[in-house]
Amino acid sequence: MIAFLVQRISHALLVMFVISLISFAIQDSLGDPLREMVGQSVSQEERDALREELGLNDPFLVQYWRFATHALQGDLGDSYFYKEPALSVISQHLPATLELVICAALIIILLSIPIGVYAAIKPRSPLSKAFMGVSIVGISIPVFLTAIVLIQLFSIGVTVHWFPQETGWGAWLNDFFSTDGGMPSYGRGESLVHLFGSWDTNFLTLNGLNHLILPAISLASIMLPLFIRLIRAEMLEVLQSDYIRFARAKGLPMGRVYFLHALKNTMLPVITVGGVQIGTMVAYTILTETVFQWPGMGLMFLEAITRSDIPLIVAYLMVVGVIFVVTNTLVDLIYGLVNPTVKLTGKK
Amino acid sequence: MTPSTTTTQVVPTRWQRFRASYLFYSFKRDRVAQISLLIFVALVLAAFSAPLIAPTDPYDLAQIDILNSELPPVWMEGSDPAFLLGTDAQGRDLLSTILYGARVSLLIGFGAVMLQGLLGILFGLLAGYYGGRIDAVLMRIADIQLSFSTLMVAIVVGAIFKATFGNLMFGEVAVLILILIIGIAEWPQIARTVRASVLAEKSKEYVDASRVMGFGSARIMFRHILPNTLSPIFVIATVQIANAIISEAALSFLGLGMPETQPSLGSLIKSGFDYIQSGSWWITLVPGLVLVVLVLVVNLLGDWLRDVMNPRLYKG
Repeated sequence: MIAFLVQRISHALLVMFVISLISFAIQDSLGDPLREMVGQSVSQEERDALREELGLNDPFLVQYWRFATHALQGDLGDSYFYKEPALSVISQHLPATLELVICAALIIILLSIPIGVYAAIKPRSPLSKAFMGVSIVGISIPVFLTAIVLIQLFSIGVTVHWFPQETGWGAWLNDFFSTDGGMPSYGRGESLVHLFGSWDTNFLTLNGLNHLILPAISLASIMLPLFIRLIRAEMLEVLQSDYIRFARAKGLPMGRVYFLHALKNTMLPVITVGGVQIGTMVAYTILTETVFQWPGMGLMFLEAITRSDIPLIVAYLMVVGVIFVVTNTLVDLIYGLVNPTVKLTGKK
Repeated sequence: MTPSTTTTQVVPTRWQRFRASYLFYSFKRDRVAQISLLIFVALVLAAFSAPLIAPTDPYDLAQIDILNSELPPVWMEGSDPAFLLGTDAQGRDLLSTILYGARVSLLIGFGAVMLQGLLGILFGLLAGYYGGRIDAVLMRIADIQLSFSTLMVAIVVGAIFKATFGNLMFGEVAVLILILIIGIAEWPQIARTVRASVLAEKSKEYVDASRVMGFGSARIMFRHILPNTLSPIFVIATVQIANAIISEAALSFLGLGMPETQPSLGSLIKSGFDYIQSGSWWITLVPGLVLVVLVLVVNLLGDWLRDVMNPRLYKG
């Protein structure tokens, strides 16, 4: 176990080192701090002197060492645009993204497990087939398009007049297919409740929760089909195994067999895939936040790119890198703990 | 002397062999696969013959009239029959921009898959065949990249390219850059599949035989092992086309992809999104629908191929 722990953690540190190296290389080749610090009027000699003083003429490795030691102390430079430390800019945007991800994760967990299990228990029922059909369509719809469709349907509203309005059923059908709109689709709303530090929450007011609904559904929509399909596939495999047949033969109630015995072993691979998907989730927050103008890290990153705010881009990469590495390592460790059959030394 | 044995053995042509194959048999029986292939071929043909069949040329500024902007599709009130699917905010015919846009999207999709196939096959073969340190290094890189998700890698690489080149230069070489970005971001998928099949093939007798016959490693890898790993590569490449098209659309939607002057489906959706609040939903949702149909049929074809060829693919 200790060997496994050491191996995973050293792996994580190595990955973090590579990420910091890449981030620094970006900063080194793209950012010119002098251009940001001094105006046009400063002469070339003064520039050169300043350059020497700031240590910009030092060898790459010396500069990287300085960058890394600063980074370890939590200093990733100042954002050009916000004129404050990049890390504190990120911490101001982090809560919005976290709340969005938490909501989406809740939706995914609460829906994918029952649907996946049902589709595995009754693979031939029309409802299961409908779920699987919808899920392959769901995988094929990019997340930003889901978001746009949701905005059109529930924020702007759709009035349908495909059916003759004069007849009663036509009016009813038109009414049935029309949507009111009016759901908020822009930003986090006004009524945020301050928790602590830079954390303002959407969770505590009705208006705040309302603002969360559409973005959270959009973000969940891309992962949900994936998890339904995965849970179904794993569950089908588990249901074939001997211990399930034995439990059935013993006469245990089917609900107990499915949800206690089978689901436990189904969730093992789901944990690993879920861990990997957290990375994908961060990428999709960028898309979701762009559509809904949700003031989180993703939108901040995209704005930093258009403003060429290099320190902020680099800081975002480092923070996201830490999030990935920590979650991946944790998932590996948890998986090693819950599944004793994993060879702990890590040979596949 | 023995009489020359002129056996009239008919060598089946490729076409006959294909018609007798299980692949064709299951295709004949699978209605979903037939319809998907039909729609896919129709879309590809329409997209690549865009200059011939499109009513107008969206790249030609002389054909655009700003007075025609935001006209709805023909089945709605206030439309102009000259514009079948309506017009966008600049007065470009939506049908034409979609055809040209689909061409760009498909070009990037195919190009990116070819690049990642090239990288993936090369690195997968090297990792699987040589094993040891090469394998460890290559697969570690692949693992790290995959744990970051391909879209994230693509966004970061795209951001770097954009910041290096600036908007103007980026626009000129955007197609090539996007192929490069998506190819770099997604090669691990193919490399891992190839590596897994190579590991299974490597221990078979024919590989030993060719080694005993003194063939070089390169020849064994590319002439002997590679042909036997083609079916899983084929399956995953199909799915990867869908992924590449989605990635390109996502990058373009974020403004890191194709510029609006040379739109792909993604940048059409992006430019239409600004007008959705004013009620002009068709500018963004019609190209969106085309994108979804394109990706869906490719995914359905991939599903069917996987069922037929049944390679051991990675889950998830």
